[in-house]
Amino acid sequence: MILQVHDVTKRFGGLQALSDVTFDLHTGEILGLIGPNGAGKTTLFNVINGVYAPEHGRVSFRGEDITGLPSYDVARLGLARTHQVVRPLHELTVRENVMVGACYGREKHSLKEAKRLADGSLDKVDLLDRADQPSGSLNVSQKKRLELARALAARPYLLLLDEVLAGLNPSEIASMMDTVRAIREDGISILMIEHVMQAIMSISDRILVLDYGTLIATGLPEEVANNPQVIEAYLGDPKMTAQLLAE
Amino acid sequence: MKAWQKPGFWLPLVIVLVWGGVVLLIHQDTMRETAFVLLMAVGLASSLNILLGYTGYVSFGHIVFFGLGGYTGFYLLSEQGWPLFAAAIGGGLLSAFIAGLVGLAVLRLRGAYFALATIGINEAARAFVSNFGPYGGATGMFVNFSAYEKYGGPGPALWTTFTFLWITTLVVLLVSYLVKHSRFGLGLLAIREDEDAAMVMGVKAPKSKTITYVISAFFPGVIGTLYFFKNGNIEPGDAFQLHMSIEMLVMVMLGGMGTVMGPLVGAVGYQWLRGYLLTSPIFKDLHLAVAGAMLLVIILFVPAGIVGWVRNHVRRLQKVLE
Repeated sequence: MILQVHDVTKRFGGLQALSDVTFDLHTGEILGLIGPNGAGKTTLFNVINGVYAPEHGRVSFRGEDITGLPSYDVARLGLARTHQVVRPLHELTVRENVMVGACYGREKHSLKEAKRLADGSLDKVDLLDRADQPSGSLNVSQKKRLELARALAARPYLLLLDEVLAGLNPSEIASMMDTVRAIREDGISILMIEHVMQAIMSISDRILVLDYGTLIATGLPEEVANNPQVIEAYLGDPKMTAQLLAE
Repeated sequence: MKAWQKPGFWLPLVIVLVWGGVVLLIHQDTMRETAFVLLMAVGLASSLNILLGYTGYVSFGHIVFFGLGGYTGFYLLSEQGWPLFAAAIGGGLLSAFIAGLVGLAVLRLRGAYFALATIGINEAARAFVSNFGPYGGATGMFVNFSAYEKYGGPGPALWTTFTFLWITTLVVLLVSYLVKHSRFGLGLLAIREDEDAAMVMGVKAPKSKTITYVISAFFPGVIGTLYFFKNGNIEPGDAFQLHMSIEMLVMVMLGGMGTVMGPLVGAVGYQWLRGYLLTSPIFKDLHLAVAGAMLLVIILFVPAGIVGWVRNHVRRLQKVLE
């Protein structure tokens, strides 16, 4: 078990963003996290990686209690993430962006070693030819891949992917999916938020469904897709569900 | 490639090395005074740039470290009989220590809030020193003449002070380069671009920012000691002048923040302009207004400063201008 989230509750003033969320993530697993907008998915990521401290509940990573630890300590334990709204370090080159991940991630590399690792991860996401450009000059799809390269260069045990497919065209989605599968082949566990249903259903081992801050379903993709509560809350249209399952 | 094999590493150092060397060789008092003012500006601007340029934190009251360090160094030298070198280091260490304490508190603030807090610190330090007996209160201190005798009288002592300032400026430029091109510096640049994203990638922002604040406060303390020893007296009104803080910012912005060369170019350029304005009959009372207008124009039209602009437009010079 690489990640255990137990009874996590997070409030913003009067808004209950997460209520008693409990789940486990097995080592080597791809766990999908879906739910309508505002369901609390990104908040859950922020609680797991230490951006927010939960009001109560516990988060354990590789057997260690990381609840309330600042995000930089969580990162150094081997938990990396990407952001839904990409956050490149604009004035730095693409390579330097990735070097930050390598220098300050789990393995704390020197600059020289970080440069080598950065080129490796850039190659993995197919951005190596842009390495010397300022990262602000990339387009959306490239920035998404840069986020991924940066997270990979940290050599994490667990990767949190926040909508890496959003805003990509179908061929870009297909290539990103291959990249995600390749990452798992390297032994990195993945928790991913996604709205592109075909993609998340086909790539995930299991799916979590969050609605109004509560986990309403957990299970294999086909179980979740057939769950009446999930259909009502999120998928909406039973016909579309059938179509999804057929694919 | 190692640092010493890069032209960008050598250029600022060689400029300052030759410059100071020539002044020492020619040995002319007026030339020394001009070079003192310019090298001091380079040293102060470069120190501020280590914080402002690399972490993006705008310290409006950075002159407080020049004042507090200067006062402390002056006291050690004149009242306690310390040698100049030790007193200057003492002044620097006090500034660094205060920055460490203050940094833990105010570096939690971001943007305008941090900038405002730094102004408050400068005013608080001025008020404290004005009422602090050992430092001479509101009237300040005059140098004890026996302090000059160690260096062969007032004349030669000024040359010794100049030599120390020259070395200090070289060290600031060296530190500025080394910080920028280190793993630590990469973390700082990440903080400048997006502090939250940097922390998510593992950069310990609170610690890194505090260390940087301490480094950038140390050198103004050393320079302050040298400057006030050269002047022969120190008083609160001279030590904590807010407009000098703003001039430091203008120099960094003019030359190009976040570059090693920028503060050197900006300080010399600004001081040259200031000298011209102060001696011109039309502008002599307006030099601060011109500084303000210049800051506005730079921020609006050339935010990268002179060095940044050249780097962006002439690719071949990127390796030379760090």
